[in-house]
Amino acid sequence: MEKEEKIKGKPEEKAEDADKKVTYDKNEIVVEIKDLKKSFGSKEVLKNINLTLKRGENLVVLGRSGQGKSVTIKCISGLLSQDEGVCKVFGEEVSDMDEKELKELRVKVGFLFQSGALYDSMSVKENLEFPLTRVLKITDQAELDKRVNEVLEGVGLADAVDKMPSDLSGGMRKRVGLARTLIVKPEIMLYDEPTTGLDPITSREISELILQMQKKYKTSSIIITHDMDCAKITSDRAVVLKEGEFVAEGTYDELEKSKDEFVRSFFK
Amino acid sequence: MAEQELTGWKKWLEEVGEQVTFLKGFFRNLFAGGFEWSEFVRQCYEIGYRSITLVGITSFIMGVVLTLQSRPTLVKFGASSMLPFMVCVSIIREIGPVITAIICAGKISSGIGAELGSMKVTEQIDAMEVSGANPMQYLVVTRILATTLMIPILTLMGDFLGLIGGFLAVHFADHTSWQLYFNKCVSSVDFTDLLPAVIKTIFFGFAVGFIGSYKGYNSNNGTESVGIAANSAVVSASLWIFFIDVVAVQITQLFFY
Repeated sequence: MEKEEKIKGKPEEKAEDADKKVTYDKNEIVVEIKDLKKSFGSKEVLKNINLTLKRGENLVVLGRSGQGKSVTIKCISGLLSQDEGVCKVFGEEVSDMDEKELKELRVKVGFLFQSGALYDSMSVKENLEFPLTRVLKITDQAELDKRVNEVLEGVGLADAVDKMPSDLSGGMRKRVGLARTLIVKPEIMLYDEPTTGLDPITSREISELILQMQKKYKTSSIIITHDMDCAKITSDRAVVLKEGEFVAEGTYDELEKSKDEFVRSFFK
Repeated sequence: MAEQELTGWKKWLEEVGEQVTFLKGFFRNLFAGGFEWSEFVRQCYEIGYRSITLVGITSFIMGVVLTLQSRPTLVKFGASSMLPFMVCVSIIREIGPVITAIICAGKISSGIGAELGSMKVTEQIDAMEVSGANPMQYLVVTRILATTLMIPILTLMGDFLGLIGGFLAVHFADHTSWQLYFNKCVSSVDFTDLLPAVIKTIFFGFAVGFIGSYKGYNSNNGTESVGIAANSAVVSASLWIFFIDVVAVQITQLFFY
């Protein structure tokens, strides 16, 4: 019963399809990584990464700084290419994609950067319109306004439409960054430490927002975080990265009760 | 020691290779369609209009100083009437284009280097790329074309103000009238002086935009790299301007004189 329609087609068509009620096969693997290795110079960052992400799933990646968490999701989005191994998104090897295929993939894979990465020289509205006009090629101003207002209301920042990024607080910047990523309605969301640098209340709000947006837009997500509250709120499953390899996998509760001292240390 | 020298050469060759690849990327995106007109116009405003005061004042002062410095020597040889001729030829052929380009290397190239460098550090360029947009087309093509168009225009404006500065210096020293000064200026230069000078400023403009964009776009992570990108953009762009100038003089002599 869960298998009904799946979002397919060109980026321009996809945005319209996504407005309809969408259900999906929860067992479909959307991201598959096998034996992934990546080095920078003589430093081996990813030694042997194996990971799968199912449709509609929220996967949290835990790990200390500098262990290669961000590198992993940058390989998924095609920002970096692996030295060895397989990195497939929707069954296609990312490192084999040409420029056009990568562009199409990136419409389906949203990426929220740690800082929000808002374009400094543009207002919030222009930031949100940027992917719509450049990627989805929407030129109708009424349609642009409708989408911008809808997504800003979704993240609770309808009043900030004309503000500049420099006028926003850290939490607001992350919300706008999230809105900008979600505005093209991606099927997979990659979150790079979405709550870093925020106070506990704002962190919780962002974590709950991630969960709300996942339910609203039916996205599959990989969330990189150190914030255990965020992990608890958002995760369906979590993995722990240590020295370039995943050393534990399970639900939040399972990992909390792990016998491994390193895994347990995240929960203290 | 020999190994260090070899590593230095290897690094230099790698940098040359990266610049050639960047240049190829610029031309590929230039003709790829979907030109960013609004950003191009904004850059023309930022680069051209916002540099008018600096270029104008500097050129005017250069005209005054050049005239005042040259006058005693010409008076010594009884050739003070040649002063407008000398000032005009110097400004049109060499001083105007080079001074304007060097000022722009300092102001514009470093500005582009720092802006793109900080966008790189704050992951804005990566964000643009992962959104499926084309940062090369939006950020690089528009800036390089804007400098290529605006620097020749700024140079022509600078030349004019330099000549005005020269006139004021001559007028206060020798009571030369504007009409006489202007007639001497116009009769001293012709098409073969102006055309090569304008053509070389197009290359100066391209170098200023290209070097600034390349240094900023390829800066490393970390705030320190923003400063390095801005600094090395000025140094490299200035060197390129002098290199282009030497080549331009040779070519001009070959075809025009």
